[in-house]
Amino acid sequence: MFEPNQYETVVGLEVHVELHTKSKIFCGCSTSFGAPPNTHTCPICLGHPGVLPVLNRQALEFAMKAAMALNCQIADISKFDRKNYFYPDSPKAYQISQYDKPVGEHGWIDIEVDGKTKRIGITRLHLEEDAGKLTHIDGGFGSLVDFNRVGTPLVEIVSEPDIRTPEEAKAYLEKLKAIMLYCEVSDVKMEEGSLRCDANISIRPYDQEQFGTRAELKNMNSFRGVQRGLEYEQMRQADILDSGGKVVQETRRWDETQGKTFSMRSKEEAHDYRYFPDPDLVQIHIDDEWKARVQASIPELPDARQARYSAEYGLPSYDAGVITSSKKLADFFEESLQYTKDAKAVSNWIMGDLLGYLNAGGLELDAIKLTGQGLGEMIGLMEKGTISSKIAKTVFKEMLETGKGPQQIVEEQGLVQISDEGALAEVVDRIVSSNPQSVEDFKAGKEKAIGFLVGQVMKETKGKANPALVNKLLVERLNQ
Amino acid sequence: MALFDLRLQDVHSKLRTKELSALDLVESSYAQIAKTDESVKAFLTLNEEGARKAAAELDGALQAGGEQGLLFGLPAGIKDNIVTEGITTTCASQFLRNYDPIYDASVVKKLKSAQSITIGKLNLDEFAMGGSNENSSFFPTRNPWNTDYVPGGSSGGSAASVAAGQVYFSLGSDTGGSIRQPAAYCGIVGLKPTYGLVSRFGLVAFASSLDQIGPLTKNVEDSAYVLQAIAGYDPSDSTSANVEIPDYVSALSGDVKGLRIGVPKEYMGAGIDPAVKEAVLAALKQFESLGATWEEVSMPHTEYAVATYYLLASSEASSNLARFDGVRYGVRAENPDNLIDLYRKSRSQGFGPEVKRRIMLGTYALSSGYYDAYYLKAQKVRTLIKQDFDNVFKDFDLIIGPTAPTTAFRIGEQVGDPLTMYLNDICTIPVSLAGVPAISVPCGFADGMPIGLQIIGKAFDERTVLRAAHAYEQHTEHHKQRPQL
Amino acid sequence: MSITIKDVEHVANLARLELSEQEKEQFNGQLNAILKYAEKLNELHTDDVEPTSHVLPVYNVMRDDVIKPSVSNETALRNAPDEDDGQFKVPAVLE
Repeated sequence: MFEPNQYETVVGLEVHVELHTKSKIFCGCSTSFGAPPNTHTCPICLGHPGVLPVLNRQALEFAMKAAMALNCQIADISKFDRKNYFYPDSPKAYQISQYDKPVGEHGWIDIEVDGKTKRIGITRLHLEEDAGKLTHIDGGFGSLVDFNRVGTPLVEIVSEPDIRTPEEAKAYLEKLKAIMLYCEVSDVKMEEGSLRCDANISIRPYDQEQFGTRAELKNMNSFRGVQRGLEYEQMRQADILDSGGKVVQETRRWDETQGKTFSMRSKEEAHDYRYFPDPDLVQIHIDDEWKARVQASIPELPDARQARYSAEYGLPSYDAGVITSSKKLADFFEESLQYTKDAKAVSNWIMGDLLGYLNAGGLELDAIKLTGQGLGEMIGLMEKGTISSKIAKTVFKEMLETGKGPQQIVEEQGLVQISDEGALAEVVDRIVSSNPQSVEDFKAGKEKAIGFLVGQVMKETKGKANPALVNKLLVERLNQ
Repeated sequence: MALFDLRLQDVHSKLRTKELSALDLVESSYAQIAKTDESVKAFLTLNEEGARKAAAELDGALQAGGEQGLLFGLPAGIKDNIVTEGITTTCASQFLRNYDPIYDASVVKKLKSAQSITIGKLNLDEFAMGGSNENSSFFPTRNPWNTDYVPGGSSGGSAASVAAGQVYFSLGSDTGGSIRQPAAYCGIVGLKPTYGLVSRFGLVAFASSLDQIGPLTKNVEDSAYVLQAIAGYDPSDSTSANVEIPDYVSALSGDVKGLRIGVPKEYMGAGIDPAVKEAVLAALKQFESLGATWEEVSMPHTEYAVATYYLLASSEASSNLARFDGVRYGVRAENPDNLIDLYRKSRSQGFGPEVKRRIMLGTYALSSGYYDAYYLKAQKVRTLIKQDFDNVFKDFDLIIGPTAPTTAFRIGEQVGDPLTMYLNDICTIPVSLAGVPAISVPCGFADGMPIGLQIIGKAFDERTVLRAAHAYEQHTEHHKQRPQL
Repeated sequence: MSITIKDVEHVANLARLELSEQEKEQFNGQLNAILKYAEKLNELHTDDVEPTSHVLPVYNVMRDDVIKPSVSNETALRNAPDEDDGQFKVPAVLE
């Protein structure tokens, strides 16, 4: 049994992220997802005899950008190598990858778990081409190969074995995803395979310095899957050690439905990829000016933004963290602030009503019609007293569903707050006359009774009465 | 005088005056093939329908007064490792015997825009691996000068076809001498351009860092014309040189006065047939009489070139030929037990012994634990070999020596002894490793078989190479000899 | 360094070649001869020599990120030894 007090888990992650260039890394075929099989292919990505690759500049610059965002040192000279292995999804029987001169090395990112910040090292980030897609048919006796995906640019991001718990692994992945989205180098859609993760995991007794024997976990198709897979695997390894056994170094497949990992003991064949520099491609020389140009294209990243929101707007660190965890959400926040100065109000609406709505419906921000401008303007209307906070809830709901601006909703539905003293005084008079019991109670010292009367006024005005004004008028009237 | 012995400009003027049509040229080509190819066996595939159609179109265009391309109407043979859309491309391998290409090589596109006519695809050693054409998996091509002899290789079909007067010119590819050596053996002109001058896109890769396409022609002038048509930057080939292409034809001034020629003693030493050496020395005298000077130089790393070449070329080949797995094209073995069995059977049945041997050598040289000792070591020695050239070219304009140590040998004579076969390339391989241009021109005969003179130039200085070759040719008669078929 | 039959089998497996016993013997002898010849290179001291992978000083060759037409499904599959449903078909991947 895995006892956190007895064993320490050591995890390193290898993450593949598809870069969202328009065309493939070495040919002009489209990288778009979901086309009929083998319609985004050409002689080059099909690996026909005689074809040659030419590097997509955008793919390289996305890789540089990603590497910089992960605090990597960017290579002055980078190159591509061939990784030789036979597999039906690899048309040339070698993958063009990077062996000893990756785009970036020696980076790090900070993650936050249980309110504590921890730095995870990034060993390297390199650029390579994706493989095709295999589908098994005939009850496993055959496979079909679709080469649409082959040649999609990928970066492989290898972490140091700095991760110590499954939660940290998940936090690392979430941070990585956020950074990729901030840099706009990838869509990072795990369900479309644009982010894939393998994990190396071992455990060791706390007093042991040397790492234990590791297993490589594959087939974890969600962040939650990664966490669950690691949780299972640390348990499995602990059971082996507890019973005096030895962990075998092997590749294991995570089975999501069974919640277990299984050995992929294929033929025990030592991999010998025979890496060598691809003679069809030339070296990449990256000078300081080029690095500076790419560096300048990196937007403010989540950590910096979080710190700024706390410092500049006084948001609680937690709220700032939630809002900046997604670039879209943070952009939404900042868009709102162009229409109101009240950052805290914007933050509260986002943290409460907006995220509540999204989470309840399992929705992404871009699936709804509400804009940052809408929210900002709505808060502006509250500031001016045009609408009450109660009306605002109605307006907000309407904005979510229709995408209409708050002004338009207020006008169409006649939701403008009644702040006209004369008009309200009339209603107040009427309510006071028709509720003698409550007036009695108030005068007898039951201060609460005024709340009932306010409620009656609001009901009479369909919620449009300015509550502060109603309160003031009622107190005046009752004290007469 | 045979039609294809006419100078290019004479062919074009006869076409313009309607004395001749493109179709006449094509028919003449097929007539000569019908007459000679049963004994020469240069062609693997003929493009008769396509060629006649193209000729008719060119004749129509000429009638309409359209622009004439540089190689307008000229019948061309293309080595069968250069991909031609719609014309089977086999690399002389059983693996690709049914391969129907879905694109054209960049040089094929260039030829199309220069308006030459593709007559057919020419035999070679399987995947260009070999120096005799005996490694063709279909049949060996024979030397038109004596059909018991090899035409050389790997562009043996390309050389034999031009020597036999079947085509006006042909394209070959040269990795370690595969254009120059067969040109020498068949008594014609073969040019290996500077690495990067001609696009490799669509040349089925043998050794990517060495492969280069070039022309095989009856004379130097034709060589300059064809080079003019096929040279130039290609954005589809990352290793293509983005250089301005000079006018090669205008370089043929006949003047070599003051040219300084270095003659490496290593190219003239042991292993060189005395008759070959004598012919080369006679050629050097000829250059002297034309006002050039020559002196002996040393290129001390020459003796390491063959080993370096075989390690590098085989390593690259082992990876380049991995794509022939029977999944997307080519011949798949029948009834495989499973996927790995499919790979093993398809490749073992599809490749001949020389190809397997080089794949084995290259796989071994790249495999874990040996990379530094073999591949990396060879890359470093390559640097030293290249420096030999750099050093000589500091003081000399050209390097001259034999193209091959001997004349062509009998078919079957060297089969089974790969190392001896490899050593035939001792004079051509260093040039390939250095990436510089070289031409082979006829410089005599020994026992009725042609001898080739190799003229090597600085990178991208094809003009000087062609100028010297042309001047020499103008003062000799060797290139005018024709085999009796 | 001398290659054994076992080495030949290992390399053949990496290269996905199936060799007969006779071929193994033959390649074993020939590869040994070639590699013995290649040992010549060890006569040269190359510790301070840069390896040459490209003879030309060409670098940073790249294309713009522009989509070019792909080939049709029919063209992609034109040479396929076996196909099904617009895809290339292969026997099961042995696991």
